[in-house]
Amino acid sequence: MASLHALANPARFLRLARPLTPALLLAGAVLTLFGCWAGLTQTPPDYLQGDSVRILYIHVPTAWLGMGGWSGIALASLSYLVWRHPLARVAARAIALPGAVFAFLCLATGSIWGRPTWGTWWEWDGRLTSMLLLFFVYLAYMALARADADRGGDGRLPAIYGIAGTVLLPIIRYSVVWWNTLHQGESIGLTSSTIDSSMLWPLWFTLAGFTFLFAGIVLMRMRAMLARERREARMRRMAA
Amino acid sequence: MNQWLFVAAAYGLTLGATIALIGWSYAAMRAVERERK
Repeated sequence: MASLHALANPARFLRLARPLTPALLLAGAVLTLFGCWAGLTQTPPDYLQGDSVRILYIHVPTAWLGMGGWSGIALASLSYLVWRHPLARVAARAIALPGAVFAFLCLATGSIWGRPTWGTWWEWDGRLTSMLLLFFVYLAYMALARADADRGGDGRLPAIYGIAGTVLLPIIRYSVVWWNTLHQGESIGLTSSTIDSSMLWPLWFTLAGFTFLFAGIVLMRMRAMLARERREARMRRMAA
Repeated sequence: MNQWLFVAAAYGLTLGATIALIGWSYAAMRAVERERK
């Protein structure tokens, strides 16, 4: 916890973020490209789904990051409300756009996967609908955070909204258990999977790769936001 | 139904959007950091 508080100092954070950004992007690119190549060429087609099962290697990371992004917003918002760290507010705002993009990509790749597998692009079932709601919750968060910043707010309202939005995460997670949906049940867990390891292994590379890329994007957005805030503070001082 | 068309569309969309997001974030960061200096 002490190291987290130490990182909340913007100058210290920037000293760490500058070398970390290219390292995360490079590692993310290598792992993602290797995982995609392996998923497209080194695994057998599914006996039932055929080659369309290869969409798994990008669909699962986008779902993980769409939901993980909101968890990041909630943690940063909680940190901002409890400890008032300005960096936590910046982090929550920086996560919102990539989180929304990955939530959208999850919906889009799922839809593309659904057409050859289910025979439909879209179905209003529990998993798809709750994920679509999360995407809209992201858009509303971005609009709220922008409006709050424009009117000179202290960021408390978007932070409360960021925490309240977490109610959607267990709904998405357990939607395939609570409702009899078209979407398949849980097939990948932390300790076990119903997918054979000969087909599953490239997923760990794309999961790690996209996560590193996501972290790199968030760091770049945080650096841009901090630089903008410092520039505006300097202009205010000059005008005073 | 050629399944590879769907696979290509999903990979193209995801990788394209990720590259665009990285490029846009990098350009925005460089622009504001350069301006500040």
